[in-house]
Amino acid sequence: MSDGIGARVERKEDKRFITGKGKYTDDFRVDNQAYAAFVRCPVANAKINGIDASAALAMEGVIAVHTGPEMKEDGIGDLITGWSITSKDGSPMQCGVWSPMVTTYGRYVGDAIAIVVAETQAIARAAAELVELSYDELPATVQVEAALADGAAQVHENVPGNMIYDWEIGDEAAVNDALAGAHHVTEMRMVNNRLSPNPMEPRSAVAIFDEAEDHYTLYTTSQNPHVARLVLSAFYNVAPEHKLRVIAPDVGGGFGSKIYIYPEEITCLWASMKTGRSVKWTSDRTEAFLTDAHGRDHVTKATMGFDANGRIVGFKTDTLANLGAYVSLFATVTPTYLHGTLLSGCYDMPAIYGNVKAVHTNTVPVDAYRGAGRPEATYTIERMIETAAREMGMDPAELRRKNFINEFPYQTQVILQYDSGDYHKTLDMAEEIADVAGFAARRAEAAARGKLRGLGYSTFVEACGIAPSAAVGSLGAAVGLWESAEVRVNPVGSVEILTGCHSHGQGHETTFAQVVSDRLGIPVDNVSIVHGDTDKVQFGMGTYGSRSGPVGMSAIVKALDKVEAKAKKIAAHTLEASEDDIVIENGEVKVAGTDKSMAWHEIGLAAYIAHNLPEGMEPGLKEAAFYDPLNFSFPAGALICEVEVDPDTGVTDIVKFTAVDDFGNIINPNIVEGQVHGGVTQGIGQAMLEQVVYDDSGQMITGSYMDYCMPRADDVPSYALDHNATPSPLNPLGIKGCGEAGAIGSPPAVINAITDAIGNNDLQMPATPLAVWTALQNVKTSMAAE
Amino acid sequence: MYQTKYHKPASIDDAVAALAVAEDGKVLGGGQTLLPTMKQHLASPTDLVDVGGISGMADISVSDGCLTIGAGARHADVAASSVVRDAIPALACLAGGIGDPAVRSMGTIGGSVANNDPAADYPAAVLGLGATVVTNTREIAADDFFEGMFTTALEEDEIITAIKFPIPSSAGYSKFPNPASRYAMVGVFVANGGSGARVAVTGAGQDGVFRADSMESALSSNFSAGSLDGTSLDADGMMADIHGTAEYRAHLVSVVAKRAVTSAV
Repeated sequence: MSDGIGARVERKEDKRFITGKGKYTDDFRVDNQAYAAFVRCPVANAKINGIDASAALAMEGVIAVHTGPEMKEDGIGDLITGWSITSKDGSPMQCGVWSPMVTTYGRYVGDAIAIVVAETQAIARAAAELVELSYDELPATVQVEAALADGAAQVHENVPGNMIYDWEIGDEAAVNDALAGAHHVTEMRMVNNRLSPNPMEPRSAVAIFDEAEDHYTLYTTSQNPHVARLVLSAFYNVAPEHKLRVIAPDVGGGFGSKIYIYPEEITCLWASMKTGRSVKWTSDRTEAFLTDAHGRDHVTKATMGFDANGRIVGFKTDTLANLGAYVSLFATVTPTYLHGTLLSGCYDMPAIYGNVKAVHTNTVPVDAYRGAGRPEATYTIERMIETAAREMGMDPAELRRKNFINEFPYQTQVILQYDSGDYHKTLDMAEEIADVAGFAARRAEAAARGKLRGLGYSTFVEACGIAPSAAVGSLGAAVGLWESAEVRVNPVGSVEILTGCHSHGQGHETTFAQVVSDRLGIPVDNVSIVHGDTDKVQFGMGTYGSRSGPVGMSAIVKALDKVEAKAKKIAAHTLEASEDDIVIENGEVKVAGTDKSMAWHEIGLAAYIAHNLPEGMEPGLKEAAFYDPLNFSFPAGALICEVEVDPDTGVTDIVKFTAVDDFGNIINPNIVEGQVHGGVTQGIGQAMLEQVVYDDSGQMITGSYMDYCMPRADDVPSYALDHNATPSPLNPLGIKGCGEAGAIGSPPAVINAITDAIGNNDLQMPATPLAVWTALQNVKTSMAAE
Repeated sequence: MYQTKYHKPASIDDAVAALAVAEDGKVLGGGQTLLPTMKQHLASPTDLVDVGGISGMADISVSDGCLTIGAGARHADVAASSVVRDAIPALACLAGGIGDPAVRSMGTIGGSVANNDPAADYPAAVLGLGATVVTNTREIAADDFFEGMFTTALEEDEIITAIKFPIPSSAGYSKFPNPASRYAMVGVFVANGGSGARVAVTGAGQDGVFRADSMESALSSNFSAGSLDGTSLDADGMMADIHGTAEYRAHLVSVVAKRAVTSAV
């Protein structure tokens, strides 16, 4: 079937997206609609003494102004964390209390203090400016290293020293022994820069309270509407679960930032009940910078030891993770189980130890962002091994090859067991495509033009398909991370797939349909995907962690197995054949080796007319399945970045970027390549362009695109891609997930290339022209000193 | 909610009259700075006087060795104008590199010069070419016009009507864009004319656009990139932010000035 697995089917959803016909949360205009704007904390740490809303309330068109203490009185709950981490001394983590709106203390610039509801958005925003706050500004803590220093300002009274947890993984004593006996030791301090997620569509909510039914509906920008409903209901006491419908319609990108249930959605639901009006709020871009959960923000000191043959003997990391003013829903797991467990990389390391101290600061909460922990781990490992190769005078590719894991499954020293891979061949392919053999000549040619060429590698592995429920439960997760599917065959043979995953750019409407097409032999146009509405779809866990392929599609396969089994029974009964002889091919259900067959739509019709079904068989053809993965899946890849630096300005041009990935089996190469393009571009953004900067008082300097630099088309090259698939043995489709790999693997390749070009390894992300030029001046200065 | 009254006068006199009676009136050119500022509530004028409807305000012509561009000429029109391309190609090139297509289709030369954003491109051309700013009441030499960041010699209710550029024998403009905003982090306009070379720098100085005297002397004796070797600017007085230290900007001025000279035609 041409629409099946592996086909380059054009994305079914793109017609509406590229013609501007997508329907996003802000596009919904509902009866009785009013608009909300938030009054936000203007400083990074403040005790709020009073809120005077009289001028705002006097403005024509203003309906209400409500505050945090009122919410508290109404029993609306504080925000929760979804994953509990235990410190190395056995004590539970300590977090500050996060109320949807401030009750006493505002703890970052942007913390919600009051909601203004008005007849128009313009009135709401103008009125919000008239709400007068009286407050005492308190000292703020901003930078992660400063937060743990003696005398640092306390973000929360109940979190002494701002330390949320002090967690460890691995065997410290074994690593110390190994490092003590090492032939060569490489040490480095690395900053994993703080990023703002910047989905194209900002967050938005439309909250509708139906007083007659005592029922709520929430349209919202969510990657996981069922989880949002569960949390809103069970923990925030907004409404009972069966009285709350959450709809995540078309969503314009998430990158993790739309996993979480933010104060604004909670407050809009509550305000809808308080005012009797439907309440719409849509973030503007500056509000997005100020309130969307940020990503990364680690500072890591690492030590890697090698024996005389270049084999890694031990690896130790010491990481500080800035979680911001409050602990967001999955913030605690990102620096721990999504980071520490990846510290083996794609190398056979006999001893590993990682320590992570997570801290509060007076900044926006930090949570999972495309890659979530794995980019931080990969950056540390891949910068370390490249640096070690330079220090030992070895070829960086050869040092990697010496240490690659060769046999699978492979049990690391840090919990995970890798499923499959062929790291040598992947690197060989990448070196071939990147023409590494010709690099010396290209470097010489560039030098003749006054330019500095550099080459950098990153060979990475990551964990996708999050995650086996019992395993994550044992590590502190509050939820299971299975996925659900329902396959509905209509009487005319067309198929509807109801999935608990949510597509916000991933192309599920196409790839999920391809899986059905492959199994049943019907065109993808006869398959529709239903998702994103808790009234339509059974409970599901949503989309993040590159899980919709390995977990979500596996659930669909399980449900399809059941549908096929029933279809075969119907065909065997109708065609008077043995069930074992029935095969499904090209849209027909056949008796193998004969010309007896039924068209697929005839099966559907037979099931629903039910005039002639096998004895005891229930009518209809609809099956559901829940799939809980056996393990993570482990995509891996080899990336090679080649850059040319202009020494006059520090401007870096990426002249070639090669990515060879192992995503296991691929459903749609177009979509997978698109994911790599987007992911690598985000990684280049982190490596060279993007950084959230706060001043010392906690004011955000990069609150707009005037200062926060997003990658543009002319910042990135045309990518050279290929695949080396080793199918995962652990899920029925043999797929591994591809959504995050590009963002995980690419930053160290870029920085390794730039540092190779400029001959100075002392360079942190983002490698802006200023940073690169400064590093070049430092080379000149140190050469002059010698 | 504040109210803003919109005026679209047909003549400069009507525009001046509307401004005179307004409590806090602002002239609206292409609106590429003013309107975003109003959206953010950083400006809330009582009256907007749109000079875009005044006939003749966007004319472009050459006479007596002088290129005159009406204040209402949009960047895209200046970039595409065969008159400008023939007279001062560097100016057409500069206009074609401002902002993005949307900005170039709306923004005007008069608006840009009157606003005197320290990172704007046009002030470098006006100062670098030694142009004359023509207003409803007088003519102001470029050297007297730019008084510092967002500050000019314009009086209250004075409106720029045109800019007169003497045509040089050659001129060039080069800029180093801010990676995020793509405004000029350093932009250098160089011109070689009868009275010697002029070098104007935008984007870098704490007081907005300025002339680089040492570079002007070097280029006046020999208008070539090589003659800028050894000239350097002091980092004192340069802007500093997350994108560029004062030292980096001072260094970039030399690099960009050489590129401007190399590109000069």
